[in-house]
Amino acid sequence: MFKHFFSLQWKSFFRSASFKTEIWFKILMLFGALYFIAVFLSLGFGAYFMIEKSGLGDPLRVVNQFMIYYLAFELVFRYMLQKMPVTNIKPLLYLPFKKREVVNYSLGKTIVSFFNWMHAFFFIPFSIILLVKDYNAMGVIGWHLAFLAIIYCFNFINVLVNNKDPFFYVFAGLVVFLGISQYNGWFDITIYTKPIFNFFYDVPYSALIPWVVLLLLYFITFNYFKKHMFLDGGLAVKKEEAKTENLDWLNRFGNLGTFLKNDIKLIKRNKRSRTAVIMGFFFIFYGLLFFTGSIEVYDGPFWRVFAGIFVTGGFLFSFGQYVPSWDSSYYPLMMSQNIKYSEYLHSKWYLVIIATIISTVLASFYLYFGWEAYAAVLVGAIYNIGINAYLVLWGGAYVKTPIDLTSNKKAFGDKQAFNSKTLLLTLPKLLLPMLIYAIGHFTISPLAGYLFVAAFGLAGFIFKNRVFKLIEEIYKKEKYKTLKAYKQK
Amino acid sequence: MITIDNLSKTYGSQTVLNIESLEIPKGQSFGLVGNNGAGKTTLFSLLLDLIQPSTGHIKNNDVQVDKSEDWKPFTSAFIDESFLIGYLTPEEYFYFIGELRGRNRADVDSLLANFTDFFHGEILGQKKYLRDLSKGNQKKVGIVASFIGNPEVVILDEPFANLDPTTQIRLKSIIKDLAAKEGVTVLVSSHDLMHVTEVCERIVVLNKGELVKDIKTSAETLKELETFFAG
Repeated sequence: MFKHFFSLQWKSFFRSASFKTEIWFKILMLFGALYFIAVFLSLGFGAYFMIEKSGLGDPLRVVNQFMIYYLAFELVFRYMLQKMPVTNIKPLLYLPFKKREVVNYSLGKTIVSFFNWMHAFFFIPFSIILLVKDYNAMGVIGWHLAFLAIIYCFNFINVLVNNKDPFFYVFAGLVVFLGISQYNGWFDITIYTKPIFNFFYDVPYSALIPWVVLLLLYFITFNYFKKHMFLDGGLAVKKEEAKTENLDWLNRFGNLGTFLKNDIKLIKRNKRSRTAVIMGFFFIFYGLLFFTGSIEVYDGPFWRVFAGIFVTGGFLFSFGQYVPSWDSSYYPLMMSQNIKYSEYLHSKWYLVIIATIISTVLASFYLYFGWEAYAAVLVGAIYNIGINAYLVLWGGAYVKTPIDLTSNKKAFGDKQAFNSKTLLLTLPKLLLPMLIYAIGHFTISPLAGYLFVAAFGLAGFIFKNRVFKLIEEIYKKEKYKTLKAYKQK
Repeated sequence: MITIDNLSKTYGSQTVLNIESLEIPKGQSFGLVGNNGAGKTTLFSLLLDLIQPSTGHIKNNDVQVDKSEDWKPFTSAFIDESFLIGYLTPEEYFYFIGELRGRNRADVDSLLANFTDFFHGEILGQKKYLRDLSKGNQKKVGIVASFIGNPEVVILDEPFANLDPTTQIRLKSIIKDLAAKEGVTVLVSSHDLMHVTEVCERIVVLNKGELVKDIKTSAETLKELETFFAG
């Protein structure tokens, strides 16, 4: 039985269209994975010494104190990114498999997920260092095993709460609130959670508790899945009540308005696109890392431009990146209708521009960190509008990953809200403005650096018509390839 | 209206379509039949410039479809569900297509009024997105949307599949009327020999990409087709 499942999985992985990408993408993705592993490893090995050096106290206790945030972020991260492994279950229902086996297999698949074992890169080296530093061996092992169980508990919690967005937003909000409370000294959650984590070390046998919880969770998830494995139960596609919207105020834009209306509905009515918008919103706060000086390496002057681009470009990167893939499921319709490419592209471009302007306004709280911080945001916005908005549309002509807008709607659907391939495509859009800024910064002054970047953005704006012509040509040239790619779901 | 010249489509070493010449006059109801893999959908996709021909070309009202896009205003089609926008309600979808074809909401509404019977109360005002409709109802929406904007050429791939018997009968009379009364050139493909012989004035049989029969429909046509497909 397992053999069958395994070979199915193997084939679905290696035969998926997205796997057959160009070799350099694969290499870049490999580097991305290695980078994360390196970060975790250095945390694992370095955390002990960093804490010891900074004199915060016993490293293990300090780690335990902040562990609650580590775990909270891990859960949020997991919820957003971890794919639910229970896709393709429908065809298995009719085959002579026992339901028990199907469920066990599906849950078993989550155990080997990257989201679980990536923590090993932190916990294993950290535990080794503790042992080397003559901590109580039993205690360290108990502590280590306890966290192993907790991480896996989270794995199953995530499976259980998957697609229950209210839970997610409440939880994420709570984490942010607790973080702010602690920072401002109103309330410190860690006082209450620290003893729990310390307990695992002080009384090693207590590690059994999370393991019992883990077993329990496994049974709950197992039963939940088994009970809901019917076409009209957990496997049913949830149906929303639809209401017709006119959005007549957009009619004044003519054909452009027609597309804008459609795009607004696209964003509102599909979970996948909503996720993209929400992610774009969170990018606004990314600048806090830079302007608060909380991370040393980010203190260099051109990192400000980098931050400015990201703060205002969240939507541009999360949504713009995927043009025209958002329309992949009905691309043949678009291509055979009476449509001008330039109108279609303009509509997407306007969306990106409007979102960039909104982000810029929302980001005005950066004024709090001085005019230079907000200047960086403004300059970033100008560059995003003038240059990056074209670049994403241009890049989109080559992306060609069909998007299943409804995939998030299936109860056990997979979450492909984001892929590393498209994130990597954003790098050239970030490095160039930093380079331009650096030239101005080092030859004249920081102000000149900002002006240079802004001038570049404005120049791009002036050449809009020509650039659009160019992009249009590329889209036309890629049309047949794109149609073909969108067909292979 | 439609002229096909020396058209072929090849994938690797496999030729999936090879038509030396074919002429479809204006206002003809044209049926295309053939087994799976005969090249019906390939031909329709070529007509809509969704794939590129390996050799030859198609002219639609003297516009070469792979060179110019001027055929789009007077041509419409429903091939499969990739012609539907799943997150729209049927009304929104009709209006969207209407706007693309230069028809305002009132125009679209008055056209839809003619299809009340055809919709059978299951399409309009249902508070459902297209993606949540059944396959048959989705098909109805797609077919009717292809009539918006007085197209001169309408291309329907397998319009009868997935429809219930009542709707099939209604669709047949709609298609016949389109060609006879309004001079629309209708291209229909089907696996159902009975339906095509009833609807189409002319039937072309494709087999493995080759045009093997070109029949003007008569009382004997069904028999002839059945004999052919029986092997």
